[in-house]
Amino acid sequence: MKNDIDIDIRVPSHTRSLRMIGRIGEKVARDIDCPEVIRESLPGLLAIVLTEGVVNAIKHANSADPEGDIHVRINVSNKDLVVRIYDNGVGFDLEAVPTPSLTSNGLEEKGRGIYIIRSLMDTVKYIRSDGGNVLEMRKKLA
Amino acid sequence: MDLKTEHTEGVAVLFIREDRLDANNSEELKAELHRLFEGGTKDLVIDLKEIHFIDSSGLGVLVSGYKNASILHGTLKLSNLQSQVKSMFELTRLHRVFDIFTSVDDALQSYR
Repeated sequence: MKNDIDIDIRVPSHTRSLRMIGRIGEKVARDIDCPEVIRESLPGLLAIVLTEGVVNAIKHANSADPEGDIHVRINVSNKDLVVRIYDNGVGFDLEAVPTPSLTSNGLEEKGRGIYIIRSLMDTVKYIRSDGGNVLEMRKKLA
Repeated sequence: MDLKTEHTEGVAVLFIREDRLDANNSEELKAELHRLFEGGTKDLVIDLKEIHFIDSSGLGVLVSGYKNASILHGTLKLSNLQSQVKSMFELTRLHRVFDIFTSVDDALQSYR
């Protein structure tokens, strides 16, 4: 098994970029060498976590600079897949994001993005980095 | 957004003719639902046959429509969920909230 992928993407900070980012994620995932049971779900998983992470960066973090770029890095080793999404905003408290209601009581329209990322990835962190923030999502491959 | 709305037996059926329902276009669906509710519609079926990707924004608009239909004493139902969409509904437990059908006809049948 040999994975050594390092992809750096910059796209306009607009939801028009989502389709392309998702497609890039799907293509990368198809070339990852890992157990079949993980590989078969990876394209869909990568497409959705990239989408949710980038939407988060656009809406909450880059709203102060809508003409800026979204910076995404995807690293794949034999051990894990790491997606990092950088933003230049004021940031938010990841730990304070509530789990959305999972029943029809108190059904919210918003707030499922971080929950989806947390459900699909093994670790999720949001940390200050180089004057901005990075959402770092990790999935084990072995 | 490419949307087709038909009215059958007092139920509005919306066919979404896009391959994605995401943060880039979900507001357009929200606007169409708003237009229908303002126009007196309270029972709707949204057909998702062509949607192969949905994100949390897309789910949010469907939830919003579901809640608004309920407030009007109607219901919003869904048909033809493709595999990624089904997975997202299961992940967020929304498959237990919505009435989901494998065809528009079955959804319409449920209103009779």
